[in-house]
Parts: sequence; C-alpha cells; structure tokens
Amino acid sequence: MLDNFVNQFWPNTIDGLSLGAIYALVALGYTMVYGVLRLINFAHAEIFMVGTFASVFTIQALGVSEVGGLGLIGVVVLLALVSGLVSGGSAVLLEATAYRPLRKRGASRLAALISAIGASIFIQQLFATIGVPLLFDTSKEAGKLPVNSHFVERSNVIDLGPIQVSNDKLIIFLGAILMMIALDQFVNRTKLGRGIRSTAQDPETAVLMGVNIDRVVTATFLVGGIMAGVAAALYIVRFEQAWYFTGFLLGIKAFTAAVLGGIGNIRGALVGGFALGLFEAYGASIFGSGWKDVVAFSVLILVLMFRPTGILGESLQQARA
Amino acid sequence: MERLGTLRRNMLRVTGAVAMSAVLALGAGACSGGDDGKGGGGDGGITIGFMGDLTGENSGLVIPPYQGAQLAVEQYNATNPKTKITLKKYDSQGKPEQATTLIQGAVKNDKITALIGPAFSGESQSVGPILDEAKIPSITPSATNVTLAEKSWKYWHRAVADDAVQGTGAGGFIADQVKAKKVFTVHDNQDYGKGLADSIANVVKPKGAQVQTDAVDDKASDYSSTVNKIKQFNPEIVYFGGYYSVAGKLFKQLREAGYTGKMMSGDGSLAAGLVEGAGQKNAQGALLSCGCVIDAEGKVSAKSKKFAEDYKAKFGSPVAIYSSEGYDAATALIEAIKAGKTKSEDINAFLKTVDFEGVGKRIKFDDKGELASQDIYVYQVKDNTIPLLGKSTEAKPA
Repeated sequence: MLDNFVNQFWPNTIDGLSLGAIYALVALGYTMVYGVLRLINFAHAEIFMVGTFASVFTIQALGVSEVGGLGLIGVVVLLALVSGLVSGGSAVLLEATAYRPLRKRGASRLAALISAIGASIFIQQLFATIGVPLLFDTSKEAGKLPVNSHFVERSNVIDLGPIQVSNDKLIIFLGAILMMIALDQFVNRTKLGRGIRSTAQDPETAVLMGVNIDRVVTATFLVGGIMAGVAAALYIVRFEQAWYFTGFLLGIKAFTAAVLGGIGNIRGALVGGFALGLFEAYGASIFGSGWKDVVAFSVLILVLMFRPTGILGESLQQARA
Repeated sequence: MERLGTLRRNMLRVTGAVAMSAVLALGAGACSGGDDGKGGGGDGGITIGFMGDLTGENSGLVIPPYQGAQLAVEQYNATNPKTKITLKKYDSQGKPEQATTLIQGAVKNDKITALIGPAFSGESQSVGPILDEAKIPSITPSATNVTLAEKSWKYWHRAVADDAVQGTGAGGFIADQVKAKKVFTVHDNQDYGKGLADSIANVVKPKGAQVQTDAVDDKASDYSSTVNKIKQFNPEIVYFGGYYSVAGKLFKQLREAGYTGKMMSGDGSLAAGLVEGAGQKNAQGALLSCGCVIDAEGKVSAKSKKFAEDYKAKFGSPVAIYSSEGYDAATALIEAIKAGKTKSEDINAFLKTVDFEGVGKRIKFDDKGELASQDIYVYQVKDNTIPLLGKSTEAKPA
C-alpha cells in the first residue's frame, strides 16, 4: 500500500509525467475546439489514432531499427512531422465533412455531437477493415490486430540512483513541452491566434470585427490535429504499437484531462494532462493497477465538486500572455 | 452558475449516451457466420458448427483449432462416407453477447447437430445453457475455465485440461523446476486470466514462495505502474494470466524497464502475436504453459507427426495453438458419426464412451465432460518460434 507509494515514487512520477505529456497534447485538441465551437469533438481520438498509424508506417518504410541517441531524436522529429501533417490534414478534412455542413445550416450542438460520434466510429472501422490491410499489406482479417514496429534502442540518460529516466521518456516529455510552448506562442502572438481567442470570447463580435470564422475554425482543427499527431509520434516512440482502437481509451483520458484542467483553457489542458498522468500512476501504486482509473476519475469528480470549471477554470479567452 | 450547471448535466448525460452508443456500435460491428463447407452427401449430411473469435483481437488463438477441425472434416469427407459433414463457422469475436445471438441462430435456423467451441471461457458460460436446453453436444478445444465443468451441463465436453490443472502444472514447474522463491503474478481481471494467476499463487505459496499480485487493464497500453511494482519486488519469475495481446505489451515494458528475471504466461499467450507484440529481443526465453500439444517437429508420436505434416501441407503454416485439439474434437464427433450416430442425443451418448489416441493427447471424457488426461506442457520462445520444451514435470528452463 503506502510503502509501495513511497518506494516507487520516482519511477511512477517519471512514468506519470511522460504519459501525462501525451494526454496533455491530445487534450489540447479537445479544449481548443471546445473553446471555439463549444463542441466536444469526440472524433479527435481517431485523429490521434490516424497519427499512430502514420508513424508506424513511416518507421516501416524507413526500415530503421535499434535507433538510440541523437539518431532517435532525428527519427522522432521526422515522425512528428509526418504524423503531425497527416493528423492535421485529417482533422481539417473531418471538420470540412462532418461539422462544417452542419454549422452552415445552423444545426444544433447536439447534432454536431452525434456527427462526431459517427465520424469516430467511421474512422475506426475504416482503418480496421480497409486502411490497415491496405497500408501494411496484410490479410483482411488482420486489420483489427495491432501493428508492431520495434525500432527504439532504450537507455537511461539520467541515472541518479532512484531517479532513472530513459531516453524515450525524456524525449516525450521535452517534445510535449516544446509543442506546448509553440502553441502558446501561436495563440498569443500571431494574428490567427488572436482570431482564435476572439472567436472563443464572442463569435458574433469577432465576425463584426472582421475575423474570418471559417479560417479560424479550420486553423483550430489544424493546430489541434497537429498536436494529436505529435502526441501520436511520441506515443509510438514509447509503445511501438498502432491499433485501430487505441484512440478510444486514450481519447477518454485526454478528454478527462481537458475537463480536469478546465475545458476551453489551453494551459488547463496541460495541467490536466500531467495531473491525470500522475494521479493514475500514484493511484495504481497505492491501490493496485486495476484501480488506477477509479482513482483518476474519483479525483476528477472531487475537483469538479469544488471547482466545477476545472483546475484552471473555463475559457480560452482568459489564456493571455 | 445555474446555466453552467445544466450545461454540465446535459454534457454528462450526453457522454453517457456516447458510451452506450459506442458499445452498441461495437457489438453490431461484425457478426456474420460464413459458410465454407461443401455439404451434401448420401443422406444430406449433417452440420457441425465451430464458434470462436475468428477475426478479432485474439483470433490468433482460434484460427488454428478451426483449421484443425477443418482438416479433420475434409479428411473424413474425402473418404466418401455415407453421412458427409458440413463445418459451419460462427464468428463470435469472443464476445459472450454475440455468441448468444449466434448460437440461437445456429440451433434454430442452421440446425447444427453438434458444436466445436466456443473457443473462450466467457462465451462458453453463456452458450452452455442454451446448448444444454437444445440437447446439442459441444466439445470446446480451448475454453479452460474451471467452473465450466461445474455447471452439470450434460452436453458439454472439452478436449483440453482446465485452468486448475494448468495452474497446478505451471505452478509445479515454477516451484520445482525453476525453483523460484519470489513469484509475481499479473492478470487482466477476466475469468480466465484471474483464475489462472490465482491458481498459480495457490500452488507456489505452500511450497514456500513469496507471492505478489497486480492486475492490468487489457485495453490500456501503459503498464508502467505494474512494471514498477515488479521491479521493486524483484521476483525470479513473473507469471501473467491473460491473452497474448496484453502479455506482449507487458513483457516488452518489463524488459525495457530493465527486469532480467523469467517471464511466463499461459495458453492464452501461446501465439506468434506474443513475440510480435513484445519484440523478438524482449520475448526471448519467455515461458508458456498449456494443456495443449503443439508439436511441429512430430516429437510426441507418429500420429502427431503426420498431423503436423498434413496441416503444414494444407495451410502453409506449421501447427499452432489448439490446432491438434480442434482436430481431435472434430475427430471425436466424426468417430460418433462413423458409428452411425447422426442424432445429437446419440452423439452425446457416444462421447461418454469415446476413447482413442488423438493427434495430441488421448481423448477420453469423464462424466463431467472433462478430458481424462491431465498433462501440462511448457513451451519457450526461441527466436520467433515457440517450440515445445517438454511436460511441466520434466521440462528444464534454458
């Protein structure tokens, strides 16, 4: 019980942070879309899944194996680029096909939500039945099986007695932080970022002030998709396995992280992601791994009871520099 | 504030609906039984069903017994017998609710005379009572949960030793052959995996081993908290009860975290997918226990050698898990039909007396439907194959 928590504190902290970094990156997509459109984009989990397949496909195409050290950083940058582009593109396509037609006709938010669920199941099954067999040249039945690709040579880059950090975990953590800083700069410093913030604050006034809503929405989906794609590349570095159903659980976790931090709030998604990763790791060490989701969701409920808008509160508009 | 409250309530309700519809959609995802038998014969022939996860995540465990059964039926039909057999497959995806729907169709519409399967224990729990009521005999090649034999179903049989026998065999192997003093068991919180992990613990504890346990979520990809517990405990051997998709991920993360002890799992992990999932390097030396005989080199008997050759010739791949059990289960039914029993009840009565040397083990059922043979075999990963190491009482881990 508690001695487990004390004895395994450092490894669990490191694992919690590296998994939390992935949650946080995916949570950004949920939170940005919610901030701008007040829509929970459930198909975002599938955008992440598409990214994992893009990464695995790239690795197999490159034929790399046993990469470590600086070579690994190079491979990760390449994977992040490919997956970011593929996921970003998929997200823009998703918006154009599943949400924009509804938005143009002034459909209710509930209709968009159903569309999101439909899109999510569609993309999953598309990969399970056609995508995976086609991409990886396997039999039709194998579409539902995970695709493995082992390419990382792991070693400890930080070794301070109890604190041991392997190269992949360090790359995930630093990569995620880097992406978050980039996003923060984008939202707070660029013209398009200002457009996103103003649309989140008050869409009607934003239009009157000359903001092109369609461009803002497309940009939001693109950026959210890129974040999910980078998260997918980092996920593949750690787990080396893509599966059509991966998005389901990870999507729920990332959505939880977004709500925990305060949905609509970019910095909230970061805090929520890391917090959820740590709660899961600590919860598992105290109560057993079977209980880690129970612990994580109990914490979520507790936080929402006392802070109904999440740890950092709602709204993108408040996230200024 | 109030507005927010309603919003959030609505959102929660919607999230619930999302979860429901996701589950429903999954259930409806794929549910069609193919028909690839030839059928037709002197007297119209009879239909035997095969049920299991033929396309899902764990289909690697179910396709080999299906192919074994297919081979037996084809060899029998090739002799041009009076009563030809059609083997009809039912893809339950290993899901109890899907299996229940399928079996009702199989009984009412397809009028199956007997069933091989269901492949897994969970689905067997829900299919068993239906078959018992319809008085249709079944032989499962691979469902190993102990409680299945305790339901007093009169039409149920299995061609493989149960989890308790496997637990005793594998536990004995861990205690006596590996001589482990510290054992860590992990399971996936499901009937099969937990039952197996618990029985291992129950066998090794009285022999003086310290045991710790943890559970993992089979849908998750990150097992680091379990890995951290194992590293802390530093056991000589980790035993995982569950299926290969999880075992692969667990073994990979264990080795990557620097765990150097032995890793072992049960029949659910005895598939090529284990090596693929863990990565060849990480999977090396992993041990697997099973009540099944997978004898690609034909070491066990002349019959198993011939079966291995026929199987390889027909399917282009070496014999795999439960292929011999699938063959033997089909053979038991074929023996009944050869003896002129073509009614479900007569076949069931015949199965009580059947006794022959199968391609794997001796096939003889006790009055509960359990296999009389209690042998457990141990396998060990070598490169990308999982060859037989020997019986659990004799095998020496490399």
